Amino acid sequence: MAAERLETLLRSAFPEAAELSVEDRTGGGDHFQVTVASSRFAGLPLLEQHRLVNEALAEPLRDGTIHELRIKTREAQG
Amino acid sequence: MSQLSDRIKDVIAQEPVALFMKGTPQFVMCGNSDRALRALRDAGAPVTAVDILPDPAIRQELSAISGWPTIPQVFVAGELIGGADIAQELAESGELTTILEEKLGAGYRDAAAERVVDVLAPAH
Repeated sequence: MAAERLETLLRSAFPEAAELSVEDRTGGGDHFQVTVASSRFAGLPLLEQHRLVNEALAEPLRDGTIHELRIKTREAQG
Repeated sequence: MSQLSDRIKDVIAQEPVALFMKGTPQFVMCGNSDRALRALRDAGAPVTAVDILPDPAIRQELSAISGWPTIPQVFVAGELIGGADIAQELAESGELTTILEEKLGAGYRDAAAERVVDVLAPAH
């Protein structure tokens, strides 16, 4: 399952995450909503927060696994 | 350095608000591009749209320039603001208006109307 692969990649990139989820928005395995709440986002602009998520998902973004990605990031207490 | 890459850089540098999207504002081909366009329109931004669909090279060159992997991409005064989620979040919080005012001046709403440019065509 693509969603599980994405979640594994995100968990290894954000082991400290207070909240982390991957939702298959359409059930088709290529439109995803990812949510990450992490202390690493503290003080970072939204652009940089999303950049970290994009970097964690670079491979599925490149190989076409992800057709559409929605990202929600939030600062979490360290 | 390709001609296409130079054209894309020119659009980013010269247009007050550049939106690289799938489709055009008149015929949007993707939900995320639609969300970004709506966020910009809601903030009254003078959108210059570039359709990335006519040639896959547009997206490749754009992402090489911006370091951003997905479409859409929103630039204000030459600076990457983000994709659809960031544009929408900033619009909802009101920050997008602040960014537009800071970068383009308080009268940004009076600037040029929405338009589309073709980066595959030679610059004129």
